[in-house]
Amino acid sequence: MNRGNTSRRDFLKKCVTGAAVLGAAGKAWPEQGMRAESRPLLRAAEQTVPLGKSRVVIARDAMLRGTTTTVDSGRVLSLLDRAMQSLFNVDHPAEPWKKLVRPGDTVGLKVNTLGGRGLSTNVQLVEAVCERLQEIGIKAQDIIIWDRETDEMDRVGFHTSTADNRVQCFGTDRIGYEDELSTFGKVGSRLSKILTQRTNVMINLPILKDHEGAGVTIAMKNMYGVIHNPNKCHPDGCNPYVADVNMLPAVRSKMRITICDATTACYEGGPGFKPQYSWQENALMVSQDPVALDYIGWQIIEKKRAEKKLKTLEAAGRPPRYIATAADANHQLGTNDPRRIELIELSA
Amino acid sequence: MNQSRAWLTACAIALCLAVMAVAGCNRKPAASSSPFPASNQVAGWTKSGEIRTFEAADLWKYIDGEAERYLKAGVQRVATADYKFQNKVDAVVDIYTIGTADGAAKILDSEPAGDAKSVPLGDAARLYGQSLVFRKGPALVRIVAYQESAETPQAMLDLGQNIADRLSR
Repeated sequence: MNRGNTSRRDFLKKCVTGAAVLGAAGKAWPEQGMRAESRPLLRAAEQTVPLGKSRVVIARDAMLRGTTTTVDSGRVLSLLDRAMQSLFNVDHPAEPWKKLVRPGDTVGLKVNTLGGRGLSTNVQLVEAVCERLQEIGIKAQDIIIWDRETDEMDRVGFHTSTADNRVQCFGTDRIGYEDELSTFGKVGSRLSKILTQRTNVMINLPILKDHEGAGVTIAMKNMYGVIHNPNKCHPDGCNPYVADVNMLPAVRSKMRITICDATTACYEGGPGFKPQYSWQENALMVSQDPVALDYIGWQIIEKKRAEKKLKTLEAAGRPPRYIATAADANHQLGTNDPRRIELIELSA
Repeated sequence: MNQSRAWLTACAIALCLAVMAVAGCNRKPAASSSPFPASNQVAGWTKSGEIRTFEAADLWKYIDGEAERYLKAGVQRVATADYKFQNKVDAVVDIYTIGTADGAAKILDSEPAGDAKSVPLGDAARLYGQSLVFRKGPALVRIVAYQESAETPQAMLDLGQNIADRLSR
């Protein structure tokens, strides 16, 4: 891993090392209490975008990797700051985070590690998010980096950490799923206890990917990693399952923002890593509207497919219909109407 | 009586030892039945992890989202292991056991060839800068390298050839 400087290395040690046995640092959060507590923050954040429009920011840095194959920690932090400041229209790197979380919150960083090395959320990006969260007063132990399986996380560089006073890092397999089903529409699933009991805020950190069944997998589809039965949610191009999963109360109420790692993206053959169908977009995409972000991400993938002379996803028989479903009257998770999306593109 | 019984026992033991000795002389070194080469069985390659196996019913745990395509083709299981080439290139090898050769062909043919080089390996093969995919009988093998280098394609071919030979045994 290419790390910026000594202080960042120290930070990494603090964050991503620790005992391999789950400790007792976790806290239980009654779900009702969390929802009530989180509402004012959510409203404040929503007020920062123009009425009726959802803002999506794409920040690119062609030199994100310098002359190496891995992304540079310092440049990732800078890219994240530019994207977040633009999204919230503020001047200081800490300001956006103050609109999302407050000291005392327990913040889950839902990464995507299913694609394995090469096509998973970059450790450097997650470190950068942890750094900013801690700068505004979130305690290290109140941050949990998580996904489905600890082993999958470990394989891509998120090493288990459960020690006191450290950023926590482990998969749902360590503490399991709720016994009770959470339901909406066609979905009936047991939710990760990391989502329901250990965190009251969720920051979504997906990847920009083609998906063999769903068409694309970006923000909303990453929520398949919070349920116990994602394999039951793939019929009919994952429609309406993706939208329904995002409607589950614990998912919807805790979601604050999506920070999509589009440093390496995939236009075909996803969601697993196939280098021949991947490209380096060297970008981050951020939005509080997961539907708008997914719509824009879909367009980026279509553009790349056209460059590679591949059929559109519609022509290939797998348009991501769940995006429109998520925007419909039964879901209202965001907008897929380009007229109602304010797209801001930044380049280094 | 006792003497003749002792003599018979001695003869039986001697016969057994002789049979065992002959069998031992004819025995070839046991060939590994695993299609995964051990470290240094292919020049430059070391196996850096244990083999993990996912049966068809659990395939989604390994390739959620792609599992349906393999299931439709009749996949039975996938075995996967990590490798390193000269401590410079990390790679993963996936060996899918499909029910039939047609099933393996169906999977390979469903993927766009793009800028692949066709190489003489197994029943059909495609070589890219960072990956090699080939099928041999009912097996589909996918090697993915995480770093690109001038040596990577040839190194993957060497590893792939060894795996193809093992699949023939």
